[in-house]
Amino acid sequence: MNYFPDEVLEHVFDFVTSHRDRNSLSQVCKSWYRIESSSRQKVFIGNCYAISPERVIERFPGLKSITLKGKPHFADFNLVPNDWGGFVYPWIEAFARNRVGLEELQLKRMVVSDESLELLSRCFPNFKSLVLVSCEGFTTDGLAAIAANCRFLRELDLQENEVEDHRGHWLGCFPDSCTSLTSLNFACLKGDINLGVLERLVARSPNLRSLRLNRAVPLDTLQKILMQSPQLLDLGVGSYVNDPDSEIYSKLVTAIQKCESVRSLSGFLDVAPHCLPAFHSICPNLTSLNLSYAPGIHGSELTKLIHHCRKLQRLWILDCIGDKGLEVVASTCKDLQELRVFPSDPYVGNAAVTEEGLVAISSGCPKLNSILYFCQQMTNAALITVAKNCPNFTRFRLCILDPTKPDAVTMQPLDEGFGAIVHSCRGLRRLSLSGLLTDQVFLYIGMYAEQLEMLSIAFAGDSDKGMQYVLNGCKKLRKLEIMDCPFGNGALLMDVGKYETMRSLWMSSCEVTLGGCKTLAKLMPRLNVEIMNENELADFSADHTPKVNKMYLYRTLVGRRKDAPEYVCTL
Amino acid sequence: MSPPLLGVEEEGKSNVSLVASSTSIDCISQNGCGLKERNYLGLSDCSSVDSSAVPSLSEENKNNLNLKATELRLGLPGSQSPEREADVSLLIRGKLDEKLLFPMLPLKDGICSSSQKHVVSGNKRGFSDTMDGFSEVKGSLYSEKNWLFHSAGTESDSPQSVGQGKFPGSSGINAMLSPRPSGAQSAMIKEVSQRGLQDRSHAANGTNLNQTGTSNNSSSDPAAKAQVVGWPPIKSFRKNTLVTSSKNNDEVDGKPGPGALFVKVSMDGAPYLRKVDLRTYSTYQELSCALEKMFSCFTIGQCGSHGVPQGKEKLSESSLRDLLNGSEYMLTYEDKDGDWMLVGDVPWEMFIDTCKRLKIMKSSDAIGLAPRVVEKSKVKA
Repeated sequence: MNYFPDEVLEHVFDFVTSHRDRNSLSQVCKSWYRIESSSRQKVFIGNCYAISPERVIERFPGLKSITLKGKPHFADFNLVPNDWGGFVYPWIEAFARNRVGLEELQLKRMVVSDESLELLSRCFPNFKSLVLVSCEGFTTDGLAAIAANCRFLRELDLQENEVEDHRGHWLGCFPDSCTSLTSLNFACLKGDINLGVLERLVARSPNLRSLRLNRAVPLDTLQKILMQSPQLLDLGVGSYVNDPDSEIYSKLVTAIQKCESVRSLSGFLDVAPHCLPAFHSICPNLTSLNLSYAPGIHGSELTKLIHHCRKLQRLWILDCIGDKGLEVVASTCKDLQELRVFPSDPYVGNAAVTEEGLVAISSGCPKLNSILYFCQQMTNAALITVAKNCPNFTRFRLCILDPTKPDAVTMQPLDEGFGAIVHSCRGLRRLSLSGLLTDQVFLYIGMYAEQLEMLSIAFAGDSDKGMQYVLNGCKKLRKLEIMDCPFGNGALLMDVGKYETMRSLWMSSCEVTLGGCKTLAKLMPRLNVEIMNENELADFSADHTPKVNKMYLYRTLVGRRKDAPEYVCTL
Repeated sequence: MSPPLLGVEEEGKSNVSLVASSTSIDCISQNGCGLKERNYLGLSDCSSVDSSAVPSLSEENKNNLNLKATELRLGLPGSQSPEREADVSLLIRGKLDEKLLFPMLPLKDGICSSSQKHVVSGNKRGFSDTMDGFSEVKGSLYSEKNWLFHSAGTESDSPQSVGQGKFPGSSGINAMLSPRPSGAQSAMIKEVSQRGLQDRSHAANGTNLNQTGTSNNSSSDPAAKAQVVGWPPIKSFRKNTLVTSSKNNDEVDGKPGPGALFVKVSMDGAPYLRKVDLRTYSTYQELSCALEKMFSCFTIGQCGSHGVPQGKEKLSESSLRDLLNGSEYMLTYEDKDGDWMLVGDVPWEMFIDTCKRLKIMKSSDAIGLAPRVVEKSKVKA
């Protein structure tokens, strides 16, 4: 190693791109650490409170691209109160102050204010790419600042954010000189946009590869846009409502036929299903199809569409497809790798798919490696069959809508079924459980799920042993999130050192008490043990018995955070 | 009646008093649901009281369970028994606490799933008193509930208890989860009312609520699920968007969603009309076959019952088809403008959009008119 000058090592390291591999590189020896750190351009921070922006900048002076994640995963399901944290402003402000040459920013579950966007747009002249996933706190005014000031903006990708729409014509803030856009996704915006402005923007963006429109964009605008941009790879249709006999529709058919490069299709937020045949011409090229926001597409129109999609690798769909529809998928999409079936009516909670659909998919699609499946019921036999058919699962998330439902046929817990999954899928990295489950399933998980990194549990288990099996057995566990399980202090305190090997632990509505959490916090100073009790702002230091409503703990190098709201107490 | 379940959300105290009360059948469901309360509001702890309550509870429940097992039930065979096994196995393991984690889901285990199953089986429930112990929002719920009874009184069994069986979970939920947006609450009420109506009709028909027919827990109180914070694990963004989407799609269609499209079908000489759902067909051929089957009995002059033996029916169908094709009869429809048109000229989708009613007309009536268009006729309405 000493024979190579630094530049050579740097050049070699350039070929190593994944952040995990680069982390490994940096642990080889001091000189490798030094070289790797000075040359790393892309940084991934899985928990924004595990480290401070200053320390990141210090270690990686060549930083150009950063990914930050904020709130815990269960925040998606309203388990984390507002104002918990995850503010991006301090990071942007620190980058600006230290003159970081930031070009790309990707945020997930963070609070992004308009001020942060404004600052971002002004302080980084080479800024190229902004990706916001499941974020909140900003309005279209912030987007206007980005559009107006980022002269070399290539990518503006907004996925499932809660954006306050001021309808301030943010799209018109892109200057006429802006011709560099490659990706524009504003599907999550709820307000109207200026259609003429959109058409002109697309017309002057010859490099546009990905375009996802929101509900406000009607079919005739879509047709004009597609005529301008037949080179698109990824299309998100906004509103898709028209009369199949109209002239606009026939123009659309022509325009779509020209879009031979489209590989990914999504949207259809408002849809007249009998207009769907217009897309049949590009379906054979599709590798990714997301109809999970299109409840208007179902029945025969849906199966007709899927019949044409022989090359599909990723499919996100609503459960109105039914078991029969899934059989069509199984017989058509032989290359399918990822399937997500969402409930079409989340409030009533009657899913239209059962274990039969899952079994059909597993037998028809042997390449399946990732699944998220919301269903009415499940059986051990089905899970065992699925495990046998698809040993390549890396992500397996099953959600039976009735959270403690047993095997629908035998009325037994689903321990054996999930046990078969972890036993058969040796590469499993992510697992979510549901249904009636005892400690036994955790015994299996601890024994077999060697590669497991993330585990989500709800309404499962009988005793502390369940959690103990998992903590003992899953050596690669990074994120554990538990709600409504009978795990208490015994499990929590069994192996406190384990939590420093993990990113975070979430426990809500379990048997853990304040005393237990305090003990843990005392033993492990490099963990932040946060307790959330929204209904009690009082001091509870004297009392050991109350059970903790929500606990979120994570390893950190920078101690307790200073932006926690009143109801969060870091022990 | 047994003493009311005093503030079930309060700690073990109420559990203990329950145990001490009667072992009547009426109490079973109360006991079941009152056994273990989870404290989601971070109120005072109940662990010490619970542990003392548990052994006596299990005993009590065993007694209750036996009584429950001997209850007369009107459900389908097997619709109740799996629960009982679940009950017994759960109790024998003595792990009551863990099993009854979630009072908001009174249907978590066999014991508390009573509310739903009892609707199906028509079992009497003495749950009325438990309602008093529940929420501050009960007022609004109760008024909804009463509305529900009056409008759908098909159950012969005490509709009161059946209806109440639907609500305990939901009102309990409202009590326990104080930061409840009102929108969700009204949605829940609507959901529960809908479920109540559905369940009622299903129970009356004696069918199992579950479509796949294999599970009893499938239709457990959806209102309960809707109210559980964090469950089902769907992104709130997705939930909010889908609600908007389905509303918009309904407007788009201009009809009540992708529902049925029933039109009247009349036939010359038939004593009564029929109705068909045009959405269940996708071609003219299918419609034609269906109409043939429907009206075959009229043309041949046989009895109008559908129990016509196979052979005879075949004869009549083919005769009708011959009749239709041989221009004895013609299929016509009235469009949006009120004109009578010959079926088959326009694409199917357009036909569905414009068709208001159908008529099987004798060709003799059409003689003298333009070959492809039948004029307005003054047939019986």
